[in-house]
Amino acid sequence: MSHIDARLTLRRGKFLLEAAFRTPAQGVTALFGPSGCGKSTLLHCIAGLEPAVRGRLSLADEVWQDSESAIFIPPHRRRVGYVFQDAGLLPHLSVRGNLGYGMRRAGRARQDTNFARTVEWAGIGPLLERRIEGLSGGERSRVAIASALLRDPVMLLMDEPLAALDAQSKADLLPYLERLHSDLSIPILYVSHAIDEVARLADHLVSLEPGRVVASGALHDMLTRLDLPLAHSDDASAILDAVVTGFDEQFQLVLLDFAGGHLSIAQQKLPLGTAVRVRVLARDVSLSLEHHRNTSILNIFPAQVLEITEDRPAQAIVRLDAGGSVLLARVTRRSVHSLQLVPGAVMYAQVKSVALLR
Amino acid sequence: MNLSPVWLTLRLAAVSTSLLLVIGTPVAWWLARTRSLFKLPVESVVALPLVLPPTVLGFYLLVALAPTGFLGRAWHSIGGGLLAFSFTGLVIGSVLYSLPFVVQPLQTAFEAIGEHPLRVAAMLGAGPVDRFFTVALPLARRGLVTALTLGFAHTVGEFGVVLMIGGNIPGKTEVLSIAIYNHVEALEYGRARLLSAGLLVFSFMVLFIVHFSNRRLRAREP
Repeated sequence: MSHIDARLTLRRGKFLLEAAFRTPAQGVTALFGPSGCGKSTLLHCIAGLEPAVRGRLSLADEVWQDSESAIFIPPHRRRVGYVFQDAGLLPHLSVRGNLGYGMRRAGRARQDTNFARTVEWAGIGPLLERRIEGLSGGERSRVAIASALLRDPVMLLMDEPLAALDAQSKADLLPYLERLHSDLSIPILYVSHAIDEVARLADHLVSLEPGRVVASGALHDMLTRLDLPLAHSDDASAILDAVVTGFDEQFQLVLLDFAGGHLSIAQQKLPLGTAVRVRVLARDVSLSLEHHRNTSILNIFPAQVLEITEDRPAQAIVRLDAGGSVLLARVTRRSVHSLQLVPGAVMYAQVKSVALLR
Repeated sequence: MNLSPVWLTLRLAAVSTSLLLVIGTPVAWWLARTRSLFKLPVESVVALPLVLPPTVLGFYLLVALAPTGFLGRAWHSIGGGLLAFSFTGLVIGSVLYSLPFVVQPLQTAFEAIGEHPLRVAAMLGAGPVDRFFTVALPLARRGLVTALTLGFAHTVGEFGVVLMIGGNIPGKTEVLSIAIYNHVEALEYGRARLLSAGLLVFSFMVLFIVHFSNRRLRAREP
């Protein structure tokens, strides 16, 4: 499998960014970290927009930058599609002008069908003759994504495309982003500081803190690694991949199968066999030595304790293995003591709520 | 009535303005984007004609354009004729003298664009030259119109430099402003009045048309 390989250093005044990571050149990789940690700057570096950056950067077998051998492919030749944070567009052109700008320079064959398909995909047909300043935030975003795609990129870079939008526009745009993920074969680097967005969209995660990359890897692992800060935050969670196996008409519950057992969730009916991703917050998981039958909690399955960290004065976080799926449970230290939780112990995980991500 | 000063003035203004665009635009673009240590010195040199009396600039030009001056010699070595007291000499003088009036509005317009639209264009596959012509120039079009007008108008109204380096050769270097001066010197007030009124009306028309078209440009902008 080919990778995106980055070992980049940028010094700008007092700010030093040292980013080294490697992520598969397919699917969505989230660059995740707090505001001001250098995520957007890192994206600029990858696009070639920061001439002062040193180091090495490659996508599959294409080297975009190697300071040692004085290689620096200028930004316009890197063939990346870039969706800027403010959905940057060319203000002196119409929507059609913007879409055509990158497309003409990509010089691709059969432009017409491609143009029509992308315009329809983004739902921007009625906007084509409009001027940029007349567009709403959500419309701008869709035009920006469409024009990035028509540029025929080998990689898509997205800088917090949802951050500048109001809640409604955000909700409207998310399905487009999810479809990008399933419809595109090129890798996407997605900058975000919102973990719920990341949980929903990403496959891989590069975790940043100010000025550096802390760790990178598959999203499922990164969320549940106890040596990383994510697993210790208030909304620490685990992601489970599941398949729809049925629907309980009487109680209106969707039935899912995942590697560690079954789940039922309150959700509208979904087609059988649909692959879904669900998120289980650590604070919604409790542990029990027995399998309680008389409880309001629907989702109970056996899990083995892998690791425990007492990370707060009164609380601990427990990493669990449920038939190959990893879960997190937030419990009190007192419970760790009274249940005699140790690695290897087999417990029943009781999951109070499960969120369907997609 | 001898109209040759009118044509000469228009020809001088047209040639100088074209040259000013060709020279001033890259200078303004460079000044707007560079972080070089030379930025301030270059900016100051370009702005010099704003503060120098035209006669000072004219004097130095006269020295430089003379057959023994460095410009005069260089021009001669590539096969040119006499620079001082010639139309070419007037063009050189006008270009230098009007440079700040072209460079400054253009530089301001380029600076106002900012980095962002250029980055957007780069990400859509446009190289530096492509970005300049398809993004920077269209976005700076109002600055461009202002620069053109000021350059043209300033050349039309130029007196001091032209007097110093042009001599005062009828049909060759006698431009409008100088012709008016000559008429007044010769107490031909009628002719001076006519030419002055013509220049006044012409200047008003130019400015009116420019402001009108600028307003229309603005209406099409955010």
